[in-house]
Amino acid sequence: MNYRMIVRMLSITLRIVALLMLPALVIAMCCHENAAVLAFAVTILLMLFISLATNIFKPQKTTFYAREGFVITALVWIVLSAVGALPFYLSGSIKSYVDCLFETISGFTTTGASILSEVESLPYSILYWRSFTHWVGGMGVLVFLLAVSTYAGGKGDSMFIMRAESPGPQVSKLVPRTMQTARILYLIYTGMTVLEIILLLLGGMPIFDAVTLSFGTAGTGGFAVKNDSIMSYSPYLQWVITVFMILFGVNFSLYYLILLRSFGRVWRDEELRFYLSVILVSVIIITLCVLPSLNGNVSDSVRHAAFQVASIMTTTGYCTLDYEIWPQLCHVLLMTLMVIGACAGSTGGGVKCSRILMLFKSLRVETQRLLHPNMIRPVKMDGKAVPDSTIRTLYAYFGVYCMIALSTVLLLSLEGFTFETSVSAMLACLNNIGPGFNVVGPAANYGSFSVFSKLLLSFNMLAGRLEIFPILLLFAPGIWTRAPKQKTHTF
Amino acid sequence: MKIVIIGDGKVGFTLTQALSQEGHDLTVIDSHRGALSQAADHLDVMVMEGNGASASLQREAGVPSADLLIAVTSADETNLLCCMVGRKLGCKHTIARVRSSEYLEAQYLLRDELGLSMSVNPEKIAAREIFGLLKFPSFTKRETFAKGRAQIVAIPVHEGSKLDGMPLPQLYKALKIRVLICAVEREGEVIIPDGSFVLKGGDIMHVTAPASDLVTLIKVLELEKARIRSVMLVGGSRIAVHLGKMLCDAGMQVKIIEKDYDKCMQLGDMLPDAIITHADGTSFQTLLNEGLETVGALITLTNIDEQNLVISMYGSHLGVPKVITKVNRLDYEDFMRDSNNESIISPRIQVSSDILRYVRSMENRKDESSMVALHRMVGGEVEALEFRVNKDTQYLDMPLIDVPVSKGILVAAISRRGQVIIPRGDDHFQEGDSVVIVTRSDRKLSDLNDIFDIQPQD
Repeated sequence: MNYRMIVRMLSITLRIVALLMLPALVIAMCCHENAAVLAFAVTILLMLFISLATNIFKPQKTTFYAREGFVITALVWIVLSAVGALPFYLSGSIKSYVDCLFETISGFTTTGASILSEVESLPYSILYWRSFTHWVGGMGVLVFLLAVSTYAGGKGDSMFIMRAESPGPQVSKLVPRTMQTARILYLIYTGMTVLEIILLLLGGMPIFDAVTLSFGTAGTGGFAVKNDSIMSYSPYLQWVITVFMILFGVNFSLYYLILLRSFGRVWRDEELRFYLSVILVSVIIITLCVLPSLNGNVSDSVRHAAFQVASIMTTTGYCTLDYEIWPQLCHVLLMTLMVIGACAGSTGGGVKCSRILMLFKSLRVETQRLLHPNMIRPVKMDGKAVPDSTIRTLYAYFGVYCMIALSTVLLLSLEGFTFETSVSAMLACLNNIGPGFNVVGPAANYGSFSVFSKLLLSFNMLAGRLEIFPILLLFAPGIWTRAPKQKTHTF
Repeated sequence: MKIVIIGDGKVGFTLTQALSQEGHDLTVIDSHRGALSQAADHLDVMVMEGNGASASLQREAGVPSADLLIAVTSADETNLLCCMVGRKLGCKHTIARVRSSEYLEAQYLLRDELGLSMSVNPEKIAAREIFGLLKFPSFTKRETFAKGRAQIVAIPVHEGSKLDGMPLPQLYKALKIRVLICAVEREGEVIIPDGSFVLKGGDIMHVTAPASDLVTLIKVLELEKARIRSVMLVGGSRIAVHLGKMLCDAGMQVKIIEKDYDKCMQLGDMLPDAIITHADGTSFQTLLNEGLETVGALITLTNIDEQNLVISMYGSHLGVPKVITKVNRLDYEDFMRDSNNESIISPRIQVSSDILRYVRSMENRKDESSMVALHRMVGGEVEALEFRVNKDTQYLDMPLIDVPVSKGILVAAISRRGQVIIPRGDDHFQEGDSVVIVTRSDRKLSDLNDIFDIQPQD
């Protein structure tokens, strides 16, 4: 384990996060929010100080391997959340530090689960930072690091970090250079965010709301700046957000293909087809279900159904109405969508469409193998055989996913809430959605949980965002072993 | 530049590594996932799995917009096909590895259809290098420049010898000939020495000298070794065929030991003057029977590096005057250093230097590049480059002492009208000269004018 390299990467990340926090500080100054100014200034200085202080550990060798990649990713996210929570705490916006931590982790992991029942009274700068964490966390802070820092991005080993942070069963590059790949991803990401802000402004939304809601949509997060989420905005604005939620749930490499004008490959992409068909079918079912409750108003029903399906499927977590009152079928359907999640390589969470698709295909092959024991048939995605190692990791992922889910529900049940509350809280956090049902429903929040449950759910959010393994590996025996001191061999 | 490499074997990986360090955008294609994973994990490149000759895969890899396609799979036919497909898709330059000499004629016949920019034959290059070493057995490495007139040779410094502890200025006096020490290997590091440098036992020095002075140099340094008249080759690989031909033509006695019967028959057909022995070269008894103790040089060329190393160790142990080992693997070179009578040859380093030279010349954009040769030495850490001085070269006819040559760059030799000059402060560049420059590989020189600190205004 190359400890110094890990420290170095953490140090660079802190510097970059300090930089990213500057706009919030500026907003606080412009709006004369004195407590927030102080909170941001102290946090930024603290981060810079730690970053400079740890800079003295010069790595003897800068090469690292898969294990360092995992540990760097997991630690960066934990440290990031710990310091990202400071402005909330120091400005006094949220009283307890655990609550701040929950809120920040929820932000960075783009969950959007909140412990706040009332957000409109918060200072603008704090609200901005809260939404901005979604934007940074959506594409990944390490991917940002790879895009801007030649120290991290110009190395061959950087793929280990990219693989650990980017969601999906198979992470590949768009162009030969990791740094270039990271830049293209952020360029597309920023471009789409700006487009959404413009479209929202055209619909007459105030600029602050447009920016923060776009951050929330882009990262598929879900923090809103109004207590009633998106309910009070006009139907046009709700449609814009719906469309953009769906767009941000698509694999970003497809947008790169569109830029390259290879539309054929986008059109034939199996995951995209699966993703869009699930959305379409769900919208139709839910529209039919809710028609009676909305007095047979078709356009309203379609709008609300589409918004909720997009919001849950892409794991954003905005809502236009309290779906708590919808029929049970809708509840179960939405819960299923929670698990499926968005596409791999998008900013969304969940298990990811490509995994579900691969699982179906693999299960079909396995069933056929029962009839023809010696059959050899590879699982194919987009016409290409998926390597066995990927399938193996896939099963391992599902196994661990189920175990974490079950143990979380078991521990949450100590709180004494209903079954639906516990299960939906777990699903909403592990899949980075935000609102669940009952106590944690769209009109409620996570404030009523105990400190232990909040930490447990925070763990779930981190595990969900980083696709479980990086976080789990922190606890693996043997990962923290130090190599005996010796002359290094490089080739 | 955008470069696509097809074939991620040993040569492919070395090339990928070297070109990636030079800052090019690389895509590597190979049909084996296992081979690719090393490149994908440790180098900043994009990898793709599949048959490199497939047009759709090439399109996906961006061959149509690439500047260069290099095909180095294990099969010549695939390489040639890859290059033809790439050419048709619109790739500007193509390089193929073609190993069988049988295809040379075909290549010449089909040169318009193939449209190759370059074809490389690692085995032939390696054979040539081994042959060069056998002609001067006193040196462990030898690179030639300016049509063979200037040489860079590697000479080990022994502890207690008269070189041990000698400062460089005194050395030049003691030798009485003009040579230049352009690089010194010490404890795994490479130093480009200046005037205050002191030699130490265990160093390996790389010396630039005119070819005509090499004999004197050997005499002065008391490194004389008997001319090699008989050579034993273990392993009848392609290198053995090329090398055997050269050695037989030079009138040396050649014995090749090969354990595969069919291969022996082929060798016998191709090399009528050599003695081909059908025996297991890994058995020391066999080697003794075949007269290992009496040969002037032992060259191990089997396909297994470990076998080569062990047989060579045995040869050194018996006191064979010159032992040359072929090593293919990447990782061995770090701790296998040349010693006084053992040399290590690695075909892939040679080939990648050749291709690097081509790539750098391409980058240079001028119609005619001034770079004539590029040799990578000391495991690729140091480069010796040969440039032609033309009318675009700056500081023509100015004494070198006044020319602002960048730090870490050594003008090692100037070749002028067939004469090699080891330059001093009062020498100068003239149009038509060939200049040998030595520097660290990370400088990435591609033009002679790159060596100057200040570019004068035109």
